[in-house]
Formats: sequence, C-alpha cells, structure tokens
Amino acid sequence: MLKARILENKLSSLYKAGKIVGGVYLGKGQEAVSASLGTALIQGKDCFAPLIRDQAGRTAFGEPLIDCTRTYLGSALGPMRGRDGNIHRGRPDKGMPAMISHLGAQVPVIAGMLFAKRLKGQLDGVVGATCIGDGATSTGAFHEGLNLAAVEKLPMVVVIGNNQFAYSTPNHRQFACADLVERAKGYGIGGFAVDGTDLLATAEVISNAVRLAREGHGPQMVVARLLRLSGHGEHDDGSYVPEPLRKGHYGRDCIEIAMRQLVENDIATVDEIAQWQDESAEEVQRAVAQAQQEEVPDPYTEDWTALSTQFPLS
Amino acid sequence: MSVTYIDAIREAQEKLLREDDRVFLYGQDIATFGGAFKATKGLADEFPNRVFDAPISEDAMMGLAVGAAIEGMRPIVEMQFADFSSIAFNQIVNQAATHFYRTGMPIPLTVRLPSGGTPGSGPFHSQSLEGIYAQYPGLVVVTPATVSDAYHMLLDSVALDDPVIYCEHKFLYRWLKAKSINGDHLPIGQARITRPGKHATVVAYSAMVHEAVRAADRLAQDGWEIEVVDLRSIKPLDIDTVLASVARTGRLLAVGEAFPWGGVTAEVVSRVTEEGFHLLDAPPQRLNARDTPVPYHPKLWAAHRPTPESICDALRRLLAF
Repeated sequence: MLKARILENKLSSLYKAGKIVGGVYLGKGQEAVSASLGTALIQGKDCFAPLIRDQAGRTAFGEPLIDCTRTYLGSALGPMRGRDGNIHRGRPDKGMPAMISHLGAQVPVIAGMLFAKRLKGQLDGVVGATCIGDGATSTGAFHEGLNLAAVEKLPMVVVIGNNQFAYSTPNHRQFACADLVERAKGYGIGGFAVDGTDLLATAEVISNAVRLAREGHGPQMVVARLLRLSGHGEHDDGSYVPEPLRKGHYGRDCIEIAMRQLVENDIATVDEIAQWQDESAEEVQRAVAQAQQEEVPDPYTEDWTALSTQFPLS
Repeated sequence: MSVTYIDAIREAQEKLLREDDRVFLYGQDIATFGGAFKATKGLADEFPNRVFDAPISEDAMMGLAVGAAIEGMRPIVEMQFADFSSIAFNQIVNQAATHFYRTGMPIPLTVRLPSGGTPGSGPFHSQSLEGIYAQYPGLVVVTPATVSDAYHMLLDSVALDDPVIYCEHKFLYRWLKAKSINGDHLPIGQARITRPGKHATVVAYSAMVHEAVRAADRLAQDGWEIEVVDLRSIKPLDIDTVLASVARTGRLLAVGEAFPWGGVTAEVVSRVTEEGFHLLDAPPQRLNARDTPVPYHPKLWAAHRPTPESICDALRRLLAF
C-alpha cells in the first residue's frame, strides 16, 4: 500500500505536469482495503478484477509497477500497448482481467472465470475477487452478477469500498438502506462490514472473507467504509466533500494509521518503514523513467484490426 | 426424413458438446426444459453439467461467458429472444468486442440470437439486431438462411476465436426444412448466389432470402431473371460477391427485415455506390421494415416487414428505371 501511494503521488505529479494524457484515478485513502484483498489472493491460482482505486491491490496481487507506468504513459510495450489507458489495464492470462469503464461489469466476468474453472475441474481452493465502489452497487450488472454468483455458489469475494461519494454523488442519493452490507442477506451470501481506514481490522475481515470463499462457503461481500482522499480523478478537486467529513473519523489517512499500527504491534520498526519508503520511491522512479523512454504506438504500423481472425477464410 | 432449421441448430450444439470439452451452453430455460424453442432439447440429459439454466440476467450471462472465454472455454449463450440481448449489450459490445483489441486475448464465444418476426410476437419478441452489433468493431455477425448454413455456420462460429453474434431466424425454425444438413459449407464471410439472374440483384440475408426468392419466382413469370445474393454473414460483409452480381445485372435492391435507419441494407447500398457506381444502371434501392416498433397484429406485422409483394413492387420500379 505504501508503494501504491508513492506511485500514485508520482502519477498525480506527472498528470499535473501534463505528462499523462487522459485521466488519472487514485486510490488515496483506500489502500488498506485494496492491499488487504490483493494480499489475501494468490496470483497464478486466484483471479482478481481490480477497479479504479486498486493500485495497492494490483501491486499486492503481483502486477509489476511497469504495467502501470507503461499504461499511463502510453508505452507501446505495456499490456494495453496504447490501445487503452490508465486503470483500464490487466493481464487476463494471469488471472487479472482488464476493467471496462462500465461499473459492475467485472462482477459477472469474475463469476465466469470461476464457473469455467469449475467446469475444468480446477476450482478447488480457488477464489475470485473484485472491488467496487458504493456507486457501482446501484448498477444492474452488480446485482445480476452477484445474484448469479450466489446461485452458482461460486467462491467469489466482492469488496465494496464505500468511500461515500460516487464521483460527486453522496450515499444518500445512491441507496436507501442503512448500510450496504444489509444487501448480502438478500443475495444469500456472507456479509461483513469494516472500517476501511483501519489496516489491521480490514486485513482480518477481508482475509477471513477470502478464506470462507476458499473453503467453499460461497460468495462473500465485504463493505469497507472510508473516504476518498482525492477527487474522483486528478481533474477533480473533490470540493463537494464537506469539511466535517474530511476532518472526521473516515477522513484519516489509512497509511498513517497503518504505520502506527505496525510500529505499535511490533510488526515493523520506524526505520524499516522508512527503508520501504525509500525502496518504493526508487522502484517507482525506475518504472516511470523506463516507461518514459519507451516507444509510443505508431498509427502507421498499427494493424487496426479488432478481430483475431483473418478474413477472408479459405 | 427431413431436417428443420432448428433441428440443425440443435444438432450442431450436440456435435459441439460431444467433440469439444471447451463448449458449454448457457441460457434461460435451456437445460431440462430444452429452451423456449427447443433448440437444446435433450442436451442437458445427454451432457450433464454442460448445459445450464441461467437466471434472468442477460448482462450477467454475457459477463459469465466472457469470463469463461478468458479461461479458455467456448461458451454458447442462448438469448431467449434477440430483443432481450439489449440488456446484455454492454457486455457484448464493450467487454467481449473490445477485449482482443485491448488485451491481445481473443474471446471465443457465440451468442445465439433468436431473431426476426413471427405473427403475433409484437414489439419485444421480433427484433432483428444484426446491424446494431455489426456496427461495433470486434464482433463477427452471421445470419444463416438455410438449414445447412444454420448447422455449419454454428459449428464455424464456435470454431472462431472471436465473439460471434449468431442470428437465427425464428420464422425459419420449423418452417424451413431440408433433406439433410449437408451443403456447400461456404466459410463465414462468403456470400452465396442463391438464384442466378441477369436483370437485377437482390441482396438479402436470413429469412428475407426466402422472400426474395419468392419475389423472383413471380417476376420470372414475366420473363425477368432476378439474381438473389444471400449475404450469410453481415460482418464480414462479402462485398466482392455483391459487386460481381451488380456487374452482371446493373441493378441493386438490398432487402432486410431490420428497422430502416442505417443498418445492413444501407451499408450494402453505400459500399456498392462507393466501389461500383460505374456498374449501376439505376439508383440502388433499399427495402426494410417500417420505422415503427414491430406490431403485434398479424395483418400489421405482415405489412411492416418486406414481403414477396413489396419486394416485387420495388423490383418492378427498379427494372422500369
């Protein structure tokens, strides 16, 4: 999560310096949740569909930083080769599908990956997970996908980061239930609520949900309450978030809380954390520098075909 | 012994399930019940755990198919009616269709769309959506008009590594019969000259091929020889076969059952005008359904879509130019 924060701060600077074309979407304030999920998953075995605020989860799942910087900076060598940008990236062959912008759409995709693994006899001990925001819970895709996963009793974990604003729309214009976790009962799946600013609590709740799914207890929903500590994207200053909320409990920075928790619980020392910071900053710098030097896509050599099949067929 | 169009679709799925472990069927009421049109009758018994009832969640059905295709499977999704695929539109055009271009990983799935009108079906069980799907990059769109094509093109669709929209016409399901499923087995992307002629070309696809042949039969009584081209696949569109026909006849009428704004007939006329303007002896014509929802009452319905009569009228005007 520390590495993700440092990377995203760098992306923000690059954006403000005009070095990134298109949007930059940060997970600032949501790293504890995202990293807890990414850490609980096993790359090469599980599948994970990250959403827009999941740099921490991606990194924890094993996505190399260079995939991020190449995609943001438009390198022809990145996984999306300049054909898609920013957080719309993935490695489907490594269990990480590339999100589309339409929210909720990855829920049934993860269900389908798990469904296929079951058909192939490869589902034992496997988990599929996806993250989503409070706004996306209002989509038909979210409902259809989660209901389908429940019907099929798939080992799926859906982590809802309720950051209280869908772009600028507050919770009370998004849903009418007291807490989104109440919905789990309606789907017939497990449901857990957690304070998403608290790393230790979040890690425990999410790893437990992942364990339950892995052990065959069907889909699990985790609703993590927190606050987005940036705008929707870097083009947005988030000024619609009321001051009392920013200064309130959920406005606290999960990274600072996490550092304190690690030190207080003798998990890491202040020096060790400082060393992680330095190492991460260096790694981020290398990934940015490398992507910046690489070739960009060439419209004259681009094959301009959306099909893998070469027509005409003989 | 004869084979119907829907028998062919069922036989193709049976063969696919028997011969390819990667294939599974997913759709509403398709398992024990055998499907709203019985296209999967008995398949769930023959292939347990390969034929699944889906909840009424077209978006999630397609999302599941995309996920399964990522995992190397070859799902066939049955939409109960083509009309309901509007709910799955996002997953089809934004998820499945963009996947290969974006990630380099193709998505081999087939969506079966029971398409087109039948008497009494009304606005929401009659639509022809091939033109809408063909508009999006990354999809192959096929529209079989014969029993043999229904069979072979379904096999070929599943064999393709790309997402295929397989538009099967409901009116043909039981009405269209053949002695066997054997045929010329043309590849996807190649049109067929269904009936040779020299005075005018009718380009049609799906059920409209049969209406065009009927119209051609009538005009033959007056000595006109009408060539009927069956596009077979909408995307890719075999414009070469169409142009070659227009080169012989000098006259073009494109007939489709879909709504008239844009669409397949507009594409055909546009391409022929662009690439074969010098071949035309008369302004190219289009004949489509009317620009209203598909009506319920059989009398309204019959006047909404092109018929042998309206095709004859259009051809007579074209021939008189």
